[in-house]
Amino acid sequence: MTFATRRLLIASAVLALAAPATALAQNNVNLGVAIPAATHSFTAGIVWWANEAKKELEKAHKDLKVTIRTAANAAEQANQLQDLTSATKINALVVFPFESAALTKPVAQVKSKGVYITVVDRGLTDESIQDAYVAGDNTAFGKVPAEYLAKALKGKGNIVALRGIPTTIDNERMDAFTGVLKNHPDIKLLDAKHGNWNRDDAYKVMQDFLTRFKQIDAVWAADDDMAVGVMKAIDQAKRTDIKIVFGGAGAKDAIKTLMDGKDPRIQANVSYSPKFIYDAIKLTAEARLKGEKLPPKTIVPSVLITKENAKGFYFPDSPF
Amino acid sequence: MPLAPATEARLGWTHLPGLGPIVGLALLCLAGTLLTPDFATVDNALNVLNRTAFIGIIAIGMCFVIISGGIDLSVGSMAALIAGAVILLMNALGEKGWNSTSVVALGMAAAVLLGALFGMAHGLLITRGRIEPFIVTLGTLGIYRAYLTYFSNGGAITLENTLADAYGPVFYGFFLGVPVPVWVFIAVALAGALILNRTAYGRYVQAIGSNEQVARYAAVDVDRIKVRTYMLLGACVGIATLLYVPRLGSASPTTGLLWELEAIAAVIVGGTALKGGAGSITGTVVGAVLLSVISNLLNLTSIISVYLNAAVQGFVIIAVAFLQRPRR
Repeated sequence: MTFATRRLLIASAVLALAAPATALAQNNVNLGVAIPAATHSFTAGIVWWANEAKKELEKAHKDLKVTIRTAANAAEQANQLQDLTSATKINALVVFPFESAALTKPVAQVKSKGVYITVVDRGLTDESIQDAYVAGDNTAFGKVPAEYLAKALKGKGNIVALRGIPTTIDNERMDAFTGVLKNHPDIKLLDAKHGNWNRDDAYKVMQDFLTRFKQIDAVWAADDDMAVGVMKAIDQAKRTDIKIVFGGAGAKDAIKTLMDGKDPRIQANVSYSPKFIYDAIKLTAEARLKGEKLPPKTIVPSVLITKENAKGFYFPDSPF
Repeated sequence: MPLAPATEARLGWTHLPGLGPIVGLALLCLAGTLLTPDFATVDNALNVLNRTAFIGIIAIGMCFVIISGGIDLSVGSMAALIAGAVILLMNALGEKGWNSTSVVALGMAAAVLLGALFGMAHGLLITRGRIEPFIVTLGTLGIYRAYLTYFSNGGAITLENTLADAYGPVFYGFFLGVPVPVWVFIAVALAGALILNRTAYGRYVQAIGSNEQVARYAAVDVDRIKVRTYMLLGACVGIATLLYVPRLGSASPTTGLLWELEAIAAVIVGGTALKGGAGSITGTVVGAVLLSVISNLLNLTSIISVYLNAAVQGFVIIAVAFLQRPRR
């Protein structure tokens, strides 16, 4: 792989020397992709979808090369960005920043080398650096379940909520959720605690919610992993008052349960698929091959998934 | 918590320095009772003990390792890898048409065996390889978790449904009104206390931790004792894992995250010195319970901002350590 890369580099360098440099920049796209490593199921999905995009696009376009780098933390990602520009000599970059603030300067460095930048999911603190931005819809991620629960509970009932790891994404979702509930004064949000997008933590939080609140009508688990822990805690306590458990993101196991109607408490979900990395890579590669620009902002909508449309969100081969 | 006063009275006059964690736990329970009526109920007490079982059992093994002057940073990753490997094994056997009960029994045995094997690898690298335990187990911390992530493709490894039903009672079952994991926790604690205080091996562990050279001159087979100590911890991790697997029926790269720090904290909060030499199983058990009472209490109330949960835990740990500081 690296050997092949190097050969290609030498070949393109020779070509660049032989032909005028401008002719090359338009047609050949050397695309770098910098994403987080597969440390939990969502990022595993990101890695899987990125590789799918690479496979498909490189097959379809001869003059496209995609290099994927996965990082376990922000510092490693910054190093990879450096390598991508200096060694791989990319001319377009799709980056899923590990952290917004920490990656802003490193991405600006890449940009200063004339590379086309598409930022995915987590925005940089300086938006002028990015040429395009592709992201999921975190507001809808909180709004859709709130609207669904309000309707399903007929505007009256008790809800408990779980939150992820304290981040801006989590705040955005929570604010959207409580924003909708303000219009439904008879729905009470009893409490919301952090389950860190983790099954075990969600289990413990839910267990304590069950001890504390004698009547809960619905749970906003806010994540399909957390929903697993929540369901186990409810089953263990043998509580029958909870009518709905609403997860989120559309992990394949959760979608399968929804499709098969295996659990009456799981009636809906909201999409937030790691597939947006696939969309971002595809859009960037195809636009750059034609020498075109992307729209400055592409928001992949988060929509309500129910039994009827679940099939379109089920990807059995993806790890997520 | 009906056990606490009795233990306190028995230990009160004989082991004065060991009193810190018990006082801390008693104060915390008092605060909990005053703050919310939901705290001092049998159900809540059983919930807390039940979820303490994993960390508690690991902490008892960790107590031996720390007393012997060692450390093991890998226990969380090890638990995750054992969980994943055992689930894969059970699923494979299940597919071959074995009956569920024997598959589960085999899975449980495999968990303990795998733990002991990992522990033996640590022990041999530390004694024969003469590598610092911190480095050996820091290395395996990364190795175990990476292999689990690899096996699961970054997603979750999930136990087959019929097997999960057969395995369920090991976590969700009750015996005489008390959850099974709590019984196992009690049994492991009693066995640990017995081994540490009433056997030659236990005394050797303490001797090695207090002065390895002197122990060597006293003809203690230091290397063998050390290897056995890491194996004991590994087996404890295996036991904790075999209780953990039926809870969610799955293992993922986030399984057992930071368990090593919780287990080490339980041991140290319980009055064992990080430099080794002496320590107590009772203290370790109380330390483990104390840690989970804190988060239980934070979940049961909403006086403190959720963003500060970790800070509360930190303050309590430091306060309890202060209560039981050694006299100069």
